[in-house]
Amino acid sequence: MQDRPSGSTGTQATGASPILSTLSLSKHFGGIAAVDGVSISVQRGAIVGLIGPNGAGKTTMFDMLAGDLKPTAGEIRLQGRAVQAEPAHARIRAGLGRTFQIPRPFAAMSLVENVMLGKQGQSGEVIWPNWFRPGLVAAEERRNFTEAMELLEFVTLQHLAHEPARVLSGGQRKLLELARVLMAKPEIVLLDEPAAGVNPSLLEIIIERIGALNSRGMTFLIIEHNMDLVSRLCRHVFVMASGKLLVEGTPETVVRDPDVIEAYLGGAKV
Amino acid sequence: MPDLLGLVAYGSFFLAIIGINAIGCLGLNLQWGQTGLFNVGIAGFIAIGAYTSALLTTPATTDHIGGLHLPILIGWLGAMITSGLASFLVGAATLRLRSDYLAITTFGVAVTVHLVTLNAQSLTGGSFGIAFIPRPFETYASQPAVFGLANLALIVAVVVVLYVGLERLVRSPWGRVLRAIREEERAAASLGKSATRYRLQAFALGGAIMGLSGAIHASFIGFIAPDNYLSSVTFQIWTMLIVGGSGNNLGAILGAALIWTTWSATGFFTGMVFPPEQQARAAALQIVAIGLILSGTIVIRPRGLLGERTTVSRHLNG
Repeated sequence: MQDRPSGSTGTQATGASPILSTLSLSKHFGGIAAVDGVSISVQRGAIVGLIGPNGAGKTTMFDMLAGDLKPTAGEIRLQGRAVQAEPAHARIRAGLGRTFQIPRPFAAMSLVENVMLGKQGQSGEVIWPNWFRPGLVAAEERRNFTEAMELLEFVTLQHLAHEPARVLSGGQRKLLELARVLMAKPEIVLLDEPAAGVNPSLLEIIIERIGALNSRGMTFLIIEHNMDLVSRLCRHVFVMASGKLLVEGTPETVVRDPDVIEAYLGGAKV
Repeated sequence: MPDLLGLVAYGSFFLAIIGINAIGCLGLNLQWGQTGLFNVGIAGFIAIGAYTSALLTTPATTDHIGGLHLPILIGWLGAMITSGLASFLVGAATLRLRSDYLAITTFGVAVTVHLVTLNAQSLTGGSFGIAFIPRPFETYASQPAVFGLANLALIVAVVVVLYVGLERLVRSPWGRVLRAIREEERAAASLGKSATRYRLQAFALGGAIMGLSGAIHASFIGFIAPDNYLSSVTFQIWTMLIVGGSGNNLGAILGAALIWTTWSATGFFTGMVFPPEQQARAAALQIVAIGLILSGTIVIRPRGLLGERTTVSRHLNG
């Protein structure tokens, strides 16, 4: 397993249009600018990191990209289309999936059905086919069940498939969220701290799986504090601090950047 | 054996009322049990259905408008449509807001409906209500046992059809989305499910079922008046669902049976034990008994008699 998957990098001009980009994106809460004029761009097929100290605005940034928060100003382009005005539930159709910093499994529901919810375009999610075309729904359910079980196997949770999701540990919940979003076949996935609270052996699985998916062409944008994961997976990272984009570059260069060190070690800039 | 026939007539009446309550409870289960929508105006939606059906099916009269004398089945369908439409409009106005607003609004709707039934005399007959609502199997009315059994059979048939239809609907990918939205709305949205759209569907459909329950009750009794639709009806249906098991259609039916039996049994008991002049006061014991069962359920078995299943879709053998 390659530690650093091949594929194009972050913002280097490759001629291709980025899969996801922002232009002067801002979010103000009252007088506070949680995100302040941030422009980033993620090339198709890349694994890009988004790092920065706590309170830098990373999760606010993610929530805007995922449609959970409406930006105060600026633009989000997904596959070349401005999407900042669209609701969260429209993102997956445009190819963007996400996981959450604190996992949000459907706790009372079995793991396999958690994953099946990710499937797009199910006839059974409309009222009428359940009454008038039950055979069609049943056939789809069988197919989706098989697919969901494969994904659970991919994230090593297949033995818990029929347990309710509430029995999972924090790290397993992260894996379940990954399987769930993969069921939707997104082209780009936003991962919010995939390593947080995950024990080392599960973390290895998560890193390995992200690499494997990327080698099949899936793009990732990852918020992470674990620099081991970041340096192993990402060729390009954006560093945010106090709502602004501080610097971008390879993991090796940004960690040596004096501004980044200052942002992490405290010391308000004067 | 007139006594036996009387018993059959009473028994079928008793079970029919359970069936009618079970229908309302199934409607609430779709809204609350599956979707988490807090409707505290159930009585209002039941009333809309009852009055719609009454106006459509009663013979021509000068007491109120309507009196279209249409077939009973048309009246019931009409009731489902108006109650469903009313629920849709209330839902469309409030479901985008925080969930508290739905509770406030539905309560307001129930009060408004009650005031309209009381005051819009030309429409509803005011406090006198609407009488002479055609009953199914009216030709057998002179034989109470036969009449009761025929009506009971009809109501049981409706409950069965609704139960099967609702089970097919909620134990499906559609029901799975409802539950996902109820449990983790943001996660459901991130998977492409529009919470507002699904909530609106469930709320409108649940309201239509409540309307049907009101319509059947009106056709069964043959007379309706505004005071049939006070908030105590809402409380009763809620208790049935909580005791029976929120999120489980069989639980909704079971809860209706249990609460109505308790209600009737305590009524019978107070009638036996207390002297006539104390009857009105003793009737409060009926509510006390229901309250005790409700409190006991919440403390001892908060999920109700039959809880929710872990596996939603009936297509999966889990």
